[in-house]
Amino acid sequence: MRAFALSLTVTLAAFPAFANKVYISNEKGNDITVLDSETLEVIATFPAGNRPRGITISPDGKELYVCASDDDTVRVFETETYTETHTLPSGPDPELFVLHPSGNPLYIANEDDNLVTIVDVVTHRVLAEVPVGVEPEGMAISPDGAFVVNTSETTNMAHFIDTATSQIVANVLVDQRPRYAQFTSDGKLLFVTAEIGGTVAVVDVATKEVIHKIGFEIPGVLPEAIQPVGLKITQDGSRIYVALGPANRVAVIDGATFEVMDYLLVGQRVWQLAFTPDERFLFTTNGNSNDVSVIDVAAGEVIRSVPVGQQPWGIVVAPD
Amino acid sequence: MRIIAAISLMGLLAPALAEAETLIRAAVLRVDEAGLPPISRLDLPPDDLGLAGARLGTEDNATTGSFMGQTFETVELTATPETAAATLEEALSGGAGFVVLLADDATTLALADLAGDRALVLNAGARGDGLRGKDCRANVVHVAPSHAMLADALAQFLAWKKWDEWFLIFGSHPDDADLAAAFRTAATKFGAEIVEERVLEDTGGARRTDTGHVQVQKQMPVFTQGAEDHDILIAADEAGIFAEYLPYQTWEARPVAGSAGLVPRSWHPALEAWGATQFQNRFEAMAGRPMREEDYQAWLAVRIIGEAATRTQSGDPAVLRAHILSPEFEVAGFKGQKLTLRDWDHQLRQPILLTTGALTVSVSPQDAFLHQVSQLDTLGKDRPETDCSFQ
Repeated sequence: MRAFALSLTVTLAAFPAFANKVYISNEKGNDITVLDSETLEVIATFPAGNRPRGITISPDGKELYVCASDDDTVRVFETETYTETHTLPSGPDPELFVLHPSGNPLYIANEDDNLVTIVDVVTHRVLAEVPVGVEPEGMAISPDGAFVVNTSETTNMAHFIDTATSQIVANVLVDQRPRYAQFTSDGKLLFVTAEIGGTVAVVDVATKEVIHKIGFEIPGVLPEAIQPVGLKITQDGSRIYVALGPANRVAVIDGATFEVMDYLLVGQRVWQLAFTPDERFLFTTNGNSNDVSVIDVAAGEVIRSVPVGQQPWGIVVAPD
Repeated sequence: MRIIAAISLMGLLAPALAEAETLIRAAVLRVDEAGLPPISRLDLPPDDLGLAGARLGTEDNATTGSFMGQTFETVELTATPETAAATLEEALSGGAGFVVLLADDATTLALADLAGDRALVLNAGARGDGLRGKDCRANVVHVAPSHAMLADALAQFLAWKKWDEWFLIFGSHPDDADLAAAFRTAATKFGAEIVEERVLEDTGGARRTDTGHVQVQKQMPVFTQGAEDHDILIAADEAGIFAEYLPYQTWEARPVAGSAGLVPRSWHPALEAWGATQFQNRFEAMAGRPMREEDYQAWLAVRIIGEAATRTQSGDPAVLRAHILSPEFEVAGFKGQKLTLRDWDHQLRQPILLTTGALTVSVSPQDAFLHQVSQLDTLGKDRPETDCSFQ
């Protein structure tokens, strides 16, 4: 698949890279905006139910999954036609979810019910419900698929769930209101953002212990406004990007030293992040300014702001 | 019942961090004054006022505790001012190391002294500045915002609006005078001027009779007639006697704020920001009604206990108390930032919502008011201003 993509790139030398579709869920607009990752133009908008937030895509790029939080369901869309093909039973108030690397099953955080719901995306059936802490939100899966991690916002823990048994095997206490979690691609580290704590915890996956806490300080920005939410890590683990919410900045962190290298000014209330597959661009959803900022990763600069729908929340880029 | 529910949930949940079960005992005590019903029947107090908030806090703590080997018990008690002391003794002899208290200033002070070293009192009701000042006690943590914080929160917003000429009307009850004093201080602090003050004597009166509104429509314009030019009318009516009668009944076409109109509060059931929606949903599913300030404050008080238990991984009340009163302590309360304690008077720092009946209009501190330590310290008595000295 990848080799095919490469040869095609060479053949079509006029095109520097593939264009990928970028899907943005607009929480208040109740729709999805589709961007072209090369032209950075909006190419489509389609309705997605009530209060769409978490958004992800199947590994083959054919199915788009959207948490329609106020509909208590996950809506599934065909990515070529943008038509809704079916819904998945999600449990109440689904907010964020993560897909197994194989594409099945889907692990969903049910914020109102202190549960993680595991759903088979082929049979559309609930496989298991795992009781977790109060207000489950962030969801991450280890690259080998062995662990799913859920963060609970009022309990302030990252819960490690064994995917084989659907049982919690470890609980890691982090700072106030953990919102998002992400494994490094080698599966050795887990990063957990704490919105109210204002920190990012670095968890050693082998020992399940917090080995480092990353703090933030921005001249001219009140400490209370620095609220880490979305987080993404480059494939090689060298850079970590953290959306800082109402601080309107994305922090750039050295993956080796965990030192903050830079703060990039983006739109207002920056929430979630997504890379293009080649990691050339990083997109940010900015909930209060209703736009997406485009970061040129190599240059470390914000190069464009693209207006999208009302209160953009989640974002996913289609695979190559 | 509740305790059993918390323990049975344990069975479902996965391995705890600690080996042995630890029980953390608390009590929530609401002291009800005899008095007239509120002006509006929408404000009638539900039977479980405050207690329901504590119940949700205990459920939240129990869920977290299930991963830590900790169980939480909160005994729910109500009393009159006459029976309050005996009821507190009952809670303390039952082993409660923490007492969440919903009472007026005088009862709060008396019960705090009665509890002494035996329990940490979490004040979830009384708002008087005296309790945080000359009458402060080392065994009390104030979760409810003070009059000074509420007044400053409103004053910052009015300063931003440039509505800086205030007409202050306050009631004849002691709490009203305390709140009026807080508005005077807030006016000086934020550059407003109180152009005139009037006292509205509580002489009883029509209130909720069939023709009450006819009387009000005649009385309030006359009462507010002939005041110095003002931008806004500020009502200080902790007793709930008259403030709700003022909007639209004033002589001049001026907005009302304070105890009616634009009201500073710790909580409002329409708040949706900062994840509050799911919190409101959880409360409403449990209690079958919207969350009031007393519920929020009691929830937060119980969460403070739970947070201390989680962070210290201890059930020893002395260890928990030391953590709560330490600089490391912080708790999240659906206010968009961490909440911490002032070491000089044990007041919980918190943003204040400025609300109408239906909505949150603004949240203070306002952006323009900065502070060298915490912006939240622009609300209420700051370190250099405090009258409190813990003995």
